[in-house]
Amino acid sequence: MDTTAGRVRLQPDLYTQIVSMPLLAIGPGPLALEPLVAAVTEGERHGVGTDGAVATFLGLVRNHNAGRRVRYLEYEAYEPLARRAFERIAAEVEGRWPGVRMALHHRIGRLEIGEPSVAIAAASAHRADAFAACRYTIERVKQIAPIWKREFFEGGDVWIEGATADPDDVEARAKAERVACA
Amino acid sequence: MRVTVRLFARLRDIAGTPELAREVAPGATIGSVWRQLVGDFPEFARYEQLISSAVNADYARMDRLLSDGDEVAFLPPVSGG
Repeated sequence: MDTTAGRVRLQPDLYTQIVSMPLLAIGPGPLALEPLVAAVTEGERHGVGTDGAVATFLGLVRNHNAGRRVRYLEYEAYEPLARRAFERIAAEVEGRWPGVRMALHHRIGRLEIGEPSVAIAAASAHRADAFAACRYTIERVKQIAPIWKREFFEGGDVWIEGATADPDDVEARAKAERVACA
Repeated sequence: MRVTVRLFARLRDIAGTPELAREVAPGATIGSVWRQLVGDFPEFARYEQLISSAVNADYARMDRLLSDGDEVAFLPPVSGG
């Protein structure tokens, strides 16, 4: 009989790894929400205690798109500019929702159906700001981050082309804010 | 002077390479490099109103003046997330 069932076993190595997680990242490694939640609430575990909510978003590779049966996706990015775009989005979030702590990770390379492509967490004193900052972040990623997905479907492949990436487009930014606060 | 051009997604496919070098005259802008590329790759023309651009991994407008050794990137419409 396992007498430790139901108890949380501390794993010091894992803990160190999680708290050193960067808030903003892009790369080929698999994504999970837990490390991002840990990163945005790090201060809370050290006695700050002001947060009342964490909202998260996990974007997944879907098996259908525009009537096509999707087999897998390949993401590519202009990585140094993507990092700058993420920093810009983080600064926008900080300006609009002061005190919110946001983390954003995006994966690149080949992703299979059901795998996460993007993970976001936002911590705040109140849920409204946490939800809004989280939603705003994914809208802005889709508007300005230099990341592209190539869809491999049954019968061919196609580059998906969405928004023209213009970080200074005030209308696009206002639209992201409207969606976030709806 | 010489600049490096970075191409992504569909633009990379059309050009058949992710990176190329271009000789440009002093006073050249991102826009003048783009017009050179449209001359070399006519299929680029339909992206004229859709692309955005960057210099040395920071967003920049098409009228931005270039310096020797700059890395110019052309970004077709993005689809992250």
